[in-house]
Amino acid sequence: MVINIIDDIEKSIRETAKKLLEEKKVDLIIGYTKGSIPLRSGPCFITDASQTGMLVWNQSCDLNLAKYLAKNDDRKIGIISKGCVGRAIVHLIVEKQLNKENITIIGISCEGVLNRAKIMVEIGDKEIIEANIEDNKIIIKGKDFNKTLPLQDYINQLCITCHYKIPPISDIIIGNKKPEKPPKDDFKDLNEIESKSSNDKMEYFKKELNRCIRCYACREACPMCYCSLCFIDQNKPVWFGKTADISDNFIFHMIRAFHVAGRCVSCGACSSVCPMGIDLNFITRKLEKIVKERFDFESGINLEAPPPMGTHKFDDKQEFMIEED
Amino acid sequence: MTDKSKEKSTEEWKPKIIAFLCNWCSYAGADLAGVSRIQYPPNIRVVRVPCTGRINPFFIIKSLAYGWDGILVSGCHPGDCHYISGNYIARRRFAILRDLMTFLGIEPERLNFTWVSAAEGERFAKIVRKTVENVKSVGPNKIFNKKW
Repeated sequence: MVINIIDDIEKSIRETAKKLLEEKKVDLIIGYTKGSIPLRSGPCFITDASQTGMLVWNQSCDLNLAKYLAKNDDRKIGIISKGCVGRAIVHLIVEKQLNKENITIIGISCEGVLNRAKIMVEIGDKEIIEANIEDNKIIIKGKDFNKTLPLQDYINQLCITCHYKIPPISDIIIGNKKPEKPPKDDFKDLNEIESKSSNDKMEYFKKELNRCIRCYACREACPMCYCSLCFIDQNKPVWFGKTADISDNFIFHMIRAFHVAGRCVSCGACSSVCPMGIDLNFITRKLEKIVKERFDFESGINLEAPPPMGTHKFDDKQEFMIEED
Repeated sequence: MTDKSKEKSTEEWKPKIIAFLCNWCSYAGADLAGVSRIQYPPNIRVVRVPCTGRINPFFIIKSLAYGWDGILVSGCHPGDCHYISGNYIARRRFAILRDLMTFLGIEPERLNFTWVSAAEGERFAKIVRKTVENVKSVGPNKIFNKKW
């Protein structure tokens, strides 16, 4: 029974957090807590051992908590990490944004999180009052409707192909220590778009990105977006427009994706926080594929490997070069 | 009004291409093509940069947003970079940018990248001819509808 395992994990997270705080091994625990609306979770920051009951763990824990680790923080921090949070921490250490000594990684084996946008499409404009996950089913209660959805159909696509269900480095591991790995990721989901003509691709992305309202939630949720001044907020010079016009949106999302090339840990936080339900993972996933194929690199796996954009090789592929003929 | 647009359409469309050339090799190569009186299409406008590693991807994206029809980036051959590794870094950046733009539906023919050394005036002329041909094959840039 999946549900029991999840309950057990939640219980041991609370116990572990309590123990760490009481033994003064950490000053602060960063974890997930219940969100203010159904099927949502939020971050919580616990300094007092008596408050560890706030911590939760379920399929709605889709944020990437590595976002809340700051560069110049001297406190000892314990962080509840599913696989992608662990990867983000590793990559931030590689980029010298974090000090490994200050962080205690409490690894959790994660079986995937919900794709909330997909559920909302199923439900429509109606309001959810209560939602529970039981026996591999999502039971949703609304104002004047009830709905039961099968859980496995609403797991995030990224989680299905995810190879890193536990963090690559960790101090404590809760749950299944050797989770099953899915078959090799061959990026099949990108084939459909890749086979289209330039015009059709452009039409598809313009249609998707036209919905963007430029709230920058994707940027705020991304653990890799840590610049103190984002290019889009820069005034001197003004690089690109800030309006929700389609060409501005297109440029913003193109550059945001480019900036996480070789750094994206595929946590899916950007699309899970998008209020308009845009599937931003699609673009970052393509980048993951590009970097994998060109430079044979996966971010956040190895503490020693230099990030691909910070290094180079004499014999990098250059099949795109134009030649005289 | 209609007469004017008609007149315009009968005129052959000439692509406008922005060329980012590195100071030490390609710019000198273009200069050599000039002093050697080698003919090449007048469609390019040159921006001299210290090194291809100086080229921020923003330059390329903003050029397209401003309505340039094509981009040409040219630097020193591998191993010849004045700053040792600027061209390798540019190559990685450009490779990712080009793949990403292709995925998003921008024709890859608009994005041209090559190496030209200071001694290759003839090659520079050929590269420009090739670039113009590439850009002509995809037509005018109508990617971004907003005009600043």
